[in-house]
Amino acid sequence: MGASVLQNAMIFLGAALVFVPIAKRLGIGSVLGYIIGGVVIGPFALKFIGTEGEDIMHAAEFGVVMMLFLIGLELNPQSFWRMRRRIVGMGGLQMLFTGILFFLFFYFGSGMELNTSIALALTFSMSSTAIVLQTLKEKNLDKSQAGKSSFAVLLFQDIAVIPILAALPLLALGEVQTKVARTGMLGWMDENRTITILVAVSSIILLGRFVFSPLLHLIARVHMRELFTASALFLVIAVSWLMDLAGVSAALGAFLAGVLMANSEFRHELESNLEPFKGLLLGLFFTAVGSTINFGLIVHQPMAIFKAVLLFMLLKSLVLFVVGKIFNKVLMQNILFTLLLSQIGEFAFILMGSIGMLGLLEKEMLDFYMAVITISMIMSPILLFINEKFIANKIISNKSEEKEYIVDPKEHNDIIIAGFGHFGSTLGRFLRANGVEATILDNNSEQVVLLRKMGFKVFYGDATRTAILDAAGAAHAKILVSALDISEKNIELSALVSKHYPHLKLFFRAKNRLNAYELLDNGINNIYRESIHASVYMGVDILSELGFRKYTSLRKANDFIRHDNNALKKLSENRHDYDSYVKSVKEEIEQQERLLAEDRKFIEHKPDNAWDKSKLVAND
Amino acid sequence: MASRKLLLLFFHPRFEDSRVNVKLTEGVKHLSGITFRDMYELYPDFNIDIEKEQSLLLEHDIVVWHHPFYWYNCPPLMKQWLDLVLEYGWAYGTGGNQLQGKWVMNVITSGGDFHVYQKEGRNRFTHREFLNSFDQTANLCKMEYLPPFVVAGANKLSEEDIEENMIWYQQILHFLMKEPIDLDKLKQVDNFNQIKSAEWEHPFYKTP
Repeated sequence: MGASVLQNAMIFLGAALVFVPIAKRLGIGSVLGYIIGGVVIGPFALKFIGTEGEDIMHAAEFGVVMMLFLIGLELNPQSFWRMRRRIVGMGGLQMLFTGILFFLFFYFGSGMELNTSIALALTFSMSSTAIVLQTLKEKNLDKSQAGKSSFAVLLFQDIAVIPILAALPLLALGEVQTKVARTGMLGWMDENRTITILVAVSSIILLGRFVFSPLLHLIARVHMRELFTASALFLVIAVSWLMDLAGVSAALGAFLAGVLMANSEFRHELESNLEPFKGLLLGLFFTAVGSTINFGLIVHQPMAIFKAVLLFMLLKSLVLFVVGKIFNKVLMQNILFTLLLSQIGEFAFILMGSIGMLGLLEKEMLDFYMAVITISMIMSPILLFINEKFIANKIISNKSEEKEYIVDPKEHNDIIIAGFGHFGSTLGRFLRANGVEATILDNNSEQVVLLRKMGFKVFYGDATRTAILDAAGAAHAKILVSALDISEKNIELSALVSKHYPHLKLFFRAKNRLNAYELLDNGINNIYRESIHASVYMGVDILSELGFRKYTSLRKANDFIRHDNNALKKLSENRHDYDSYVKSVKEEIEQQERLLAEDRKFIEHKPDNAWDKSKLVAND
Repeated sequence: MASRKLLLLFFHPRFEDSRVNVKLTEGVKHLSGITFRDMYELYPDFNIDIEKEQSLLLEHDIVVWHHPFYWYNCPPLMKQWLDLVLEYGWAYGTGGNQLQGKWVMNVITSGGDFHVYQKEGRNRFTHREFLNSFDQTANLCKMEYLPPFVVAGANKLSEEDIEENMIWYQQILHFLMKEPIDLDKLKQVDNFNQIKSAEWEHPFYKTP
């Protein structure tokens, strides 16, 4: 058993390692790569895996669950409100029109029963959140008009799954052949689905508010990264389990939990912790989809299946295009929007499962439609690839296209401040006083809570992780300020950022001179030593107390700071490399010595002639 | 009549090395009725408190700009003061009548003596001519621009000369604060240096 788990894991991961890079190289996207990998290892090609593909698919559905949790995380009420027109308008219209068209097709065209037609119509109006979001992200389209609209429509669908799942049993009416009857409490729950769902949903809301948030605070205070990852996973799994127990879709529970956590300061941290799991599990899911394609069925009636795929996608595209037109989309964006959403999504699998269980459709038709859904999912990346390569270029020149992709400035701040201790917060306050808002990253949870109360956009997380920086929008920001309290972290960040985000202008805090040397070594030019200004200006006030004129002292102070900065750069270039053990002590003393020598030169070479004409005038 | 209140704004970027100005200010800064402001000491960072400066202007009747005459002009902080404090709509322009009727004058120290400050001299213009921009600044603010008091050849003055100038300076400020004055007559004078105290005191008394 253990060996077979390892073997399966190896096969699946191996398939991903082989096919995903190839797919990406060919420009057809990773999703198709996973699916092709699945096909190749599946029972119809290399036969590495047999029918267990389906079991793996069930396990991998957890990737979909996580994806929905992460989508939920993105949806704080503000951004939901900002997108309300898109979500309700476009999403609602898409659902309505597609539903009606498919209903007409099934009811009148195929002569199915009323209830079955309704159930299937709703099922086929779903698009694939997993494929579309993955594609948007990969092709950097998430901020384009088409991308945003797709996201909104998918969101509406994802939310709509809740009532649809709840309503399916009602469609089955008396014909329900209840699955394995559960006893006791669970049995009661099965009989009262609607009440169960309501209870489950409200208990998640309560848990999110009163249990998860305080729990995460507690965990954060322990300052152990893996513990945080564990609690993030626990959160998602617990919710899924709870919803599963209630007989509701785990994915929806996770989505709900995500929405609840969206306003939490742990949002970015949760996001970056779960992202790798989600990516891997979704990959697994797509591979499983590939491996479960029933080629026997396809070989048996290829024309019928391809006709169905073509017809269904055409119907969906038609509706999408009309909806896009209603919402005044530019042709180019509308085509993209249409192609993005024209497939039938993974929720259809879940809904089909439910429909099969409720006996609304016989096994043969179910298999047929499952194949149709899978193939439409495969078609989707291919269509996008064709659009990108051949259609888009013809319709519109690249230049005007770029305008559409300009990032909405409201979505991200131009400035990210890492570390919001005394240094960072002073800076943040100053910027805010001048109407400049910054995105702030800090890993002191108490501080984060306090600042959020005061209206700062603060996120909890370790700024030296690219995932966190990504989530904070480093790819779109202009300036990154590093004001972390721990100097080693600042230096770590300087190396990381200049490597991963070369476009960012960097402003770095340095504890002291030695700290500044290391930052200079990492190519940072804007370095702000904590001590220099405060101590020199303190000197100004001391001179003033001794009777020196303030203005003159201030001029001298600014001269001195400039001299010191020059000396810093000069000494940094030809400083010795001691081995780290003796470095701090010995180097510091030697630096001090060289610095004093530099100071002597500075004093000797700088007679102050400002405003003093006495010597000149005395001569005439 | 009630005495006029005098605001003495002193601008010197390197006061510590100016023996003339140390002496001059010593003589006047403690006189009653005078508010003495050592501006470079108050605003070494040039960050002038505009509200404070404006309220001081409102509280006084006479403003004296006392400064060394570098490059035929005022030191940079004084220019900053003019730029920031004399706001549009407050000092000049629409509704800018806050300084209307107040008197203002320059007190300057210059390295060159009077003989270089004339048409045939090295500097080609007189002190008063160089000061025309301040005259017009006052005019735009509806203020009365008084003749300047010039301490010329400052670097070559002996201790006795400086002492004499200091007393002179005291007398002028006294005169401006206390006496009834015929302003039109006074404004015709090029500078205070041209008239000796015995002479100038008499002609400017307002005849009742």
